[in-house]
Amino acid sequence: MNALLQVEKLAKSYGGVHAVRGVSFALEAGKILALIGPNGAGKSTCFNMLNGQIRPNAGSIRLEGQEIIGLPPRAVWRRGVGRTFQITATFPSMTVRENVQVTLLSFHHRLWAMVGYAGAAYRDEANRLLALVGMEQQAERPCGELAYGDLKRLELAIALANNPRLLLMDEPTAGMAPKERVDLMRLTADIAREKGIGVLFTEHDMDVVFEHADAVMVLNRGELIARGTPEEVRRDPQVRAIYLGEGLLYHDKDQGSAA
Amino acid sequence: MKLEVSGLNSHYGPAHILFDVGFEVGAGEVVALLGRNGAGKSTTFRSIVGLVSQRTGQIRFEGEDVSRLPTYDIVRRGLGYVPEDRRVFTELTVEENFVVGRQPARPGVATWTPERIYELFPNLGEMRKRPGGQMSGGEQQMLTIGRTLMGNPSLVLLDEPSEGLAPKIVEQMADAILTMKREGLSIVISEQNLHFAKLISDRAYIIEKGRMRFSGTMAELEANPEIRDAYLAV
Amino acid sequence: MEFLLVQALSGLSSAASLFLVASGLSIIFGVMRIVNFAHGAFYMLGAYVAFTLTDRFSGPLGFWGGILVACLIVSVVGALMEMLLLRRIYHAPELFQLLATFGVTLMVQDIVLLIWGPEDLMGPRAPGFTGAIELLGRRVPTYDLLLIGLGPLVLGLLWLLFHGTRWGVLVRAATQDRDMVAALGVNQKWLFTSVFALGVFLAALGGALQIPRTTVSHAMDLSIIVEVFVVVVIGGLGSVPGAFVAAVLVSELNAFGILVLPKISMVVVFLVMAVVLVVRPWGLFGKPEGTPRAAAGLSIRPWKPMSGVERMLVALAVVAAAALPLFAGNYVLSVSTEILVFVLFAASLHFLMTVGGLASFGHAAYFGLGAYGAAFMVKYLGAPMELALLAGPLLGLAGAVLFGWFCVRLSGVYFAMLTLAFAQIAWSVAFQWVEVTGGDNGMLSIWPSSWASSPQAFFWLTLGIVAVGVGVLRMLVFSPFGFGLRAARDSSLRSEAIGINRKSTQWVAFIVAGTFAGVAGSLLAFLKGSVFPENLAIPTSVDGLVMVLLGGIETVSGAVIGAIVYKALAIWLMSKTELSKLILGATIVLLVVAFPKGIVGFLEDLRHRLKPPRQNGAKPEAALVAKAEAAE
Repeated sequence: MNALLQVEKLAKSYGGVHAVRGVSFALEAGKILALIGPNGAGKSTCFNMLNGQIRPNAGSIRLEGQEIIGLPPRAVWRRGVGRTFQITATFPSMTVRENVQVTLLSFHHRLWAMVGYAGAAYRDEANRLLALVGMEQQAERPCGELAYGDLKRLELAIALANNPRLLLMDEPTAGMAPKERVDLMRLTADIAREKGIGVLFTEHDMDVVFEHADAVMVLNRGELIARGTPEEVRRDPQVRAIYLGEGLLYHDKDQGSAA
Repeated sequence: MKLEVSGLNSHYGPAHILFDVGFEVGAGEVVALLGRNGAGKSTTFRSIVGLVSQRTGQIRFEGEDVSRLPTYDIVRRGLGYVPEDRRVFTELTVEENFVVGRQPARPGVATWTPERIYELFPNLGEMRKRPGGQMSGGEQQMLTIGRTLMGNPSLVLLDEPSEGLAPKIVEQMADAILTMKREGLSIVISEQNLHFAKLISDRAYIIEKGRMRFSGTMAELEANPEIRDAYLAV
Repeated sequence: MEFLLVQALSGLSSAASLFLVASGLSIIFGVMRIVNFAHGAFYMLGAYVAFTLTDRFSGPLGFWGGILVACLIVSVVGALMEMLLLRRIYHAPELFQLLATFGVTLMVQDIVLLIWGPEDLMGPRAPGFTGAIELLGRRVPTYDLLLIGLGPLVLGLLWLLFHGTRWGVLVRAATQDRDMVAALGVNQKWLFTSVFALGVFLAALGGALQIPRTTVSHAMDLSIIVEVFVVVVIGGLGSVPGAFVAAVLVSELNAFGILVLPKISMVVVFLVMAVVLVVRPWGLFGKPEGTPRAAAGLSIRPWKPMSGVERMLVALAVVAAAALPLFAGNYVLSVSTEILVFVLFAASLHFLMTVGGLASFGHAAYFGLGAYGAAFMVKYLGAPMELALLAGPLLGLAGAVLFGWFCVRLSGVYFAMLTLAFAQIAWSVAFQWVEVTGGDNGMLSIWPSSWASSPQAFFWLTLGIVAVGVGVLRMLVFSPFGFGLRAARDSSLRSEAIGINRKSTQWVAFIVAGTFAGVAGSLLAFLKGSVFPENLAIPTSVDGLVMVLLGGIETVSGAVIGAIVYKALAIWLMSKTELSKLILGATIVLLVVAFPKGIVGFLEDLRHRLKPPRQNGAKPEAALVAKAEAAE
């Protein structure tokens, strides 16, 4: 069958150092896939290749069957790829709603218009997106004074504004309180399943990964060393040796050592 | 007491971050400062070493009030600081990173040389000429700790040493910290990861919204699941 | 063939001083993240102090000792400037740092005038290096050969210093992370001061070594700083080897360019710079900037369209201004018209730098081009005023299209330096292409049509155009285009990730700003009846920046009020004192250090402090707490 995202033999090296080599995987619509691995394993490089920020040396990335390598990030976005960043990237000098409005204006190809009041454009649509992530109460607030968790939710609303087919989330819950983490991932999962969006995310919090992902891939030194259901990956001896360790540092049902 | 902090208040611009924070560390002790992201752990550390300009309160290090001293002077007295997110000098080699941290030997305190640090972190010994920017996250964490040890500190503030690292590497880190403890160093670690803190700490404090909420031994914390769930919610 | 060799050697010897100054600028920028505009001033001071010392003490010891002592004296002056001024503005936006150091440049110009007088000075020849040797039948001065050897020597010494000493390692570490160096027990204040003193020493040496070759003059500072900016843009800011390679490249291009295009040799350098920027935007040896610092004027309060009351107030102000000719005399009217012209100029710059986040140090280029455009229409096509006012700004537009295409490839200080370099190129073309522009004599007799020739009529005409122009610029802020522009300014990463083409958006903003500046320039041509190269010179660009800064960088009204206050003050000051540069320079420094938000920013803060706190949502304080922690 034809997957939403089909990545084959993706490779990137910097000055002789292989950051990513021979990474292949597929993602189907409506599924949530986690990419885990130590820092420096190549997760961010993978993400940046997927949304066009970095051009790979070799391999192919097909979105609904179409090659997207070589397209700049803005063109990848037009093909239906939304993205959130590890360190949130929003527009701090605008209000929360304006952040979404400018995204919608861009989506509707209206950003070159030099007349008219942009603050009145796509107001309802922006409000709907904000309501979806539970931010409608804060629409008028300056984005620059939002709390961290709220910024993450705003980023999600922005990423959803172009009706994406694929959502890339780089450490979506980093820096959030545990309760916020659960809420945000549950929200994401609900939206993804309802709208048939494929989600690829990286994460260091194994509790989040094992609870929310349909499938997990493990990246080490630029190569995929394991993939499977959360349960399979958790039991994989190689993954334990390289990444997960003795299980002292996350909830491990098998060993019963968790708090 | 090695370090006594009392009545510490810190601000960033108009925002009041720390409210009368106080805690103490005895000689040779490993103390964990636990709390969620944004609770004020990093600000506490940054305030102690003078990197937050707007702060009031008393900070006594080895009996002397250091709260009015500039950062470099506090550090030169033997109070080492390892920042969150490591901040290694990416253009400098491992050896050169150590040169930056180097301070004269201090009587009564373990003296560190690059060779001794390579014993503590064998990985680093294999890459002495490698620029910090071409190292993995775990290696960078070792480098940043080693760099601070080059200053021959008697107490080290370790800000979230486990963050962003593979669980496997974190286990190695725990071993290294216990070795440092055996050398006689006092250590304060800030952590969100309770599993990790339990492996190495003697006592713990919990900070939440800029205020100290709990103080006790790790066993006491273990015996108080309500407190743990209320403030840490693992 | 021989001729070419001699020309090449002459280029190499010029490269030495250029390299010294550029490497000093680069080292300082590397550690302190400050582009020291005053570096040209220290170069000039080095030459003047060396002149005095070598003049007084003769003989080899007197000469070489005098040069060394001169450099030490100037570096002490530099160290004092670092301690008194720069330490206060390390965390300010780049724009403010550039402006403050430019303010120092202005002050030094008047101080040099006071001490050494207005005449050019001729220094002694270097003892032991007065002769020349024969090379392939041509005579090459031995002093040139000395300078040629000096460049690589200094490069080698600097390399040893930075890689072989602990001080050098500390400097390289501080280049990357200043706070972390302090957190490892290093006294970074003195580290900074010593680095700055070293950089200034190199600049002073570059100047002092010039005295046996050329006369010592007042124009030295600005001419070298522009060349140095070109060098560091080509070589890569922060890279000493880059400074060396680029200094050689630029000097050779100058040496040979003069053979190809004798009138406008700068153009050759410009072409090479353009190619480098297209291929490697961060220079030959530079690295892409990390996360750019917040642009100046990035406020936490989002902009809102005016309320009804505010609109009424603005309309009232325009009506009040329109009533001015009913009771004001001709002199006041002519001054007021000039102020209006600068209101539009400042508003166009404000649009570019605050809305677009692109702080231009060469905005006068488009102002001046607009003025020349109008003059060309009148002189060469015999066009009437109405047509010239419409067509003149097109030259500003064309300039913005061409220069802007390169400039928007860069950001931050690189952008500032490149805009300045382009403006200087436009200036040198206007200055040197005498057949077309009249050179220094300018173009005269550009008079308005008869219906607009009275001061009253021309005032009304200007008021109308300026009011519409400022209104359009403000409207643009709230248009979809303005939203996209602000988005690109706020976060280039996020804007690209939501389909915004940052470069194209900023390029269009550059063109819009350049066109409105051109409109202002055309108006000025008819107001003054003449056009001069100074209309597009650096001081005019800086005037614009100071106007925006004085009024308050964050709002359009700030630019308007700043232009009015500044221009009125400047005109008044010129009539009162000889030392206008000293006062202006000191004013700039004071503004940057003490009132970085300007007049309107100050009033706005006051208004917000008096207003009751907001009702909805969480306390902003709580949010700030979370943000401050998260940002760590």
